[in-house]
Amino acid sequence: MAWRVLISAEFAGEVTEGLELRASARAKKAAPPERVHASGLMLLAAFQREGRLIDFLQQDAGGYSDEEIGAAARVVHGGCRKTLAQFFDLVPAAQTAEGAPMTVPTGFDPERIRLTGNVSGKPPFKGTLKHHGWIVTGVRMPSISETLDPRVITPAEVELP
Amino acid sequence: MARHVIGIDLGTTNCAISWRDLEEGSGDVVSIPQLTAPGTVEERRLLPSFIYLAQEGEFPPGALALPWDKRPAYATGEFARAHGAKVVTRLVASAKSWLSHTNIDRTGALLPWQAPPEVERISPVEASARYLKHLVESWKASLQKDSDAEEIILTVPASFDAAARELTMQAAGQAGLQNVTLLEEPQAALYAWLEKIGDGFRKQVKVGDVILVVDVGGGTTDFSLIAVTEQNGDLQLTRMAVGDHILLGGDNMDLTLAHHLAQGKNLDAWQFTALTYGCREAKELLFADPKLKKAPISIPGRGSALIGATIKAELTRDDLGRILVDGFIPKAGVTELPRTARRTGLTQVGLPYAQDPGITRHLGAFLARQSRIAEGKAFVHPTAILFNGGVFKAAILKQRLVEVINDWLSRDGGSPVRELEGADLDLAVARGAVHYAWVRHGHGIRIRGGTARAYYVGVEPAMPSVPGFDPPIKALCVAPFGMEEGTKADVPPQEFALVVGEPTVFRFFASSVRREDRVGDMIDDAARNEEFEEVAPIETTLSGESGKLVPVNLQAAVTEVGTLELRCLEKEGGGRWKLEMNVRTKDG
Repeated sequence: MAWRVLISAEFAGEVTEGLELRASARAKKAAPPERVHASGLMLLAAFQREGRLIDFLQQDAGGYSDEEIGAAARVVHGGCRKTLAQFFDLVPAAQTAEGAPMTVPTGFDPERIRLTGNVSGKPPFKGTLKHHGWIVTGVRMPSISETLDPRVITPAEVELP
Repeated sequence: MARHVIGIDLGTTNCAISWRDLEEGSGDVVSIPQLTAPGTVEERRLLPSFIYLAQEGEFPPGALALPWDKRPAYATGEFARAHGAKVVTRLVASAKSWLSHTNIDRTGALLPWQAPPEVERISPVEASARYLKHLVESWKASLQKDSDAEEIILTVPASFDAAARELTMQAAGQAGLQNVTLLEEPQAALYAWLEKIGDGFRKQVKVGDVILVVDVGGGTTDFSLIAVTEQNGDLQLTRMAVGDHILLGGDNMDLTLAHHLAQGKNLDAWQFTALTYGCREAKELLFADPKLKKAPISIPGRGSALIGATIKAELTRDDLGRILVDGFIPKAGVTELPRTARRTGLTQVGLPYAQDPGITRHLGAFLARQSRIAEGKAFVHPTAILFNGGVFKAAILKQRLVEVINDWLSRDGGSPVRELEGADLDLAVARGAVHYAWVRHGHGIRIRGGTARAYYVGVEPAMPSVPGFDPPIKALCVAPFGMEEGTKADVPPQEFALVVGEPTVFRFFASSVRREDRVGDMIDDAARNEEFEEVAPIETTLSGESGKLVPVNLQAAVTEVGTLELRCLEKEGGGRWKLEMNVRTKDG
């Protein structure tokens, strides 16, 4: 790494900055979990805002008819689907149709392909695609104000007369 | 040559912005950062034309911040629309429609129209200026540098009169925009089509074609007729006529569906808005898949319980056909005039929405009224049609409109129209505006046409007043139909004298059909002639020694940016005064 620091002033700057950050983080206390995971909380807030996901999951569904759950699920499905499309581009990990035979080549990416059933021997393997998987190819997360508390998923609403 | 040009579609319910680097040819529709929730900025292709005027302390500090403005006192765009549905008294909407409202002080702080006294209102001009500023800042943010556009093309409805155009320019000025040129939206849509089609254009249209552009936006319906002619072997496009300003659009369609489905349900205002959006989505679903018989809509309750509190509704294909297709594109005769409801004595001064939702009746009236260019037929026969506006994503609405027009044509001995396959229905206007900037630099074909109206000042004849009898007003033509940008016309000597130190007010008339009148022509009894419409009066005040009479000549000029200017020139001497359009009220 030393030679890279020597030839790249910019990289050197980054390293110094990184070291300083770590030092200052040590000096103060570690960021609270809601700051570390702010983007995860933001995602919850977006799914709640557009699709009422938290309301839906926090409610006890027992005692309601499938029809009532179905009507509510439409709200969740419509809103969350829109949000998902706004934030992420999703494609299947495997292009084969589910249920069709598929060959797993030598040197396959075990992160993208998971083997199930009678797993033994060496690739290539012949099998059947059960689930095509999902891969995110694009991420467009909103920019979030640092001044707001990410723990507020949705505020209480008080209507004035 | 200008390098960076931007095109802005300042819509009634949605705005869009496009840009191009004329040297490199790069550029596209700009993504617009906007608040989608407090503290959350996301990019969208469209900016909903809504402003939410926040109360102090309503949101945490910095919650409304944008990349270019850390502490705005209001929100614009998606969050404004969403939150405004719950706090309607602080929501500014449809500012563009108010810009063309002649019975009200359009520069006055009017909006939100229903706001309680403690809400600080803004004028429709200020609201428009805020959208423009937001759009231009978005463009700057997307380039990541602070440079100004050398040229800005700003689109307006073709039906905007001289005063509404002037106010749009005023909004651009308030937003700090420079080098702005106005372009009519239906023309912008045609430019987008021309750009998309490229050289294939000559195969798609021929000399003698009359292109009808039908532009149905969120809040307005706009018609234009553009003729294809030939000069020295080159094809030329001339905009021949534009329709009246009709406050009727896609939003009205969704609202009508929502009102129908809300019957028998107990919905609050927010739920009704949710139902309206639900109707739009269900409508698009049904239009996209002809096999679907119905589309379900779920309206969530306001509380945290979702299951059991969600109200169900269902939009059927029957409703869609009856309410939308038959309601908005009815099978009507070309001579069937739009219905006008009888006005009650005490009408609240809201927006003058079209009273007849039948777009075909408005279109028929437009084509029949342009009898001077109908070449002896009962109405002007279009040969091609270009649709614009998100409403026409529904193919069935296009088909019905074409069907009705073809019925009119066949009854009048004409041949059927053909559809010009359009560019993107939502973004064509912004894209076409940028293409127009390119055309202005001498590339490609330019649509000519000049002003779409002739303008007149009212001259009251000297006669004794009779109680209960309005003396007939004569109309003196000061700007003929089709006056080109950058030209001026001197009114032949008339006896006009201005009184120094006192405001002089002229009544002002426009006509979208009288194309034969020349400058200086005097037409009797304009106020009672249906070919004229009275627009905002024009006035000027000469400073100087009070009471003195100054004889003047009138001069009209169409500026390069596309606005109309009227001036008084002193007969003996070099005095020049601009006559201002008084947009405060029609009655002066």
